[in-house]
Amino acid sequence: MKALYFASVREHIGKAEEILAPPEEAVTVADLMHWLAAQGENYAAAFASAKTIHAALDRTHVKQDAPLKGAQEIAFFPPMTGG
Amino acid sequence: MSARIFVRVQKEPFDAPLEAASLTKGRSDIGAVVTFTGLCRDEGGALNALEIEHYPVMAEAEIARIASQAAARWPLEGIIAIHRFGLIRAGEPIVFVAAASQHRAEAFAAAAFLMDYLKTGAPFWKKQHFKNGASGGWVAAKGEDEAAAERWRAS
Repeated sequence: MKALYFASVREHIGKAEEILAPPEEAVTVADLMHWLAAQGENYAAAFASAKTIHAALDRTHVKQDAPLKGAQEIAFFPPMTGG
Repeated sequence: MSARIFVRVQKEPFDAPLEAASLTKGRSDIGAVVTFTGLCRDEGGALNALEIEHYPVMAEAEIARIASQAAARWPLEGIIAIHRFGLIRAGEPIVFVAAASQHRAEAFAAAAFLMDYLKTGAPFWKKQHFKNGASGGWVAAKGEDEAAAERWRAS
């Protein structure tokens, strides 16, 4: 699946997007975040305050307990500050 | 008649009066237009510009979803929502919403609703650039913005 990172999450990880091949045990958004956080110090920093990180599956906001199912695209980002 | 909805996410500046006028052009049934323009303020002279990052496609889709909710909630004739991205200098406009209806109460409520939801639900992030060359980092989300959006759920 394609992962997109925005704002502080993007800066911590050091890239805006990548293709992920998460393990089968990663069923929910939270599972994927947990797996990502173990992929290096930059990922650990990006997901350090995991509760505050928002996620979107195929460009729709989801809660962290949402199943990844067959989503093509997941995005991680901090709370939004538009307007 | 259901509301006509116009949503744009763009880098370029916009002309707020011109946008507002487009809602009522050729119409004589609209009695109220409420507009809101959000500008980049200089924070007491310290801020040079804001850099706005966004999630393309989702930003448009999320604003359109919020506008549709407003149209379902109030009898509106038209809605415009424009949000800019990229580097925006102090004094320049960032965001514009307009709501048109037959009577003022619906237009006032819808414009406030649009802004409250847009701030907390549309995928945009602001980074500050100060005049002394320093980056002020990412703007932190405010609890009061979340509370402002929450009040529409309660009512």
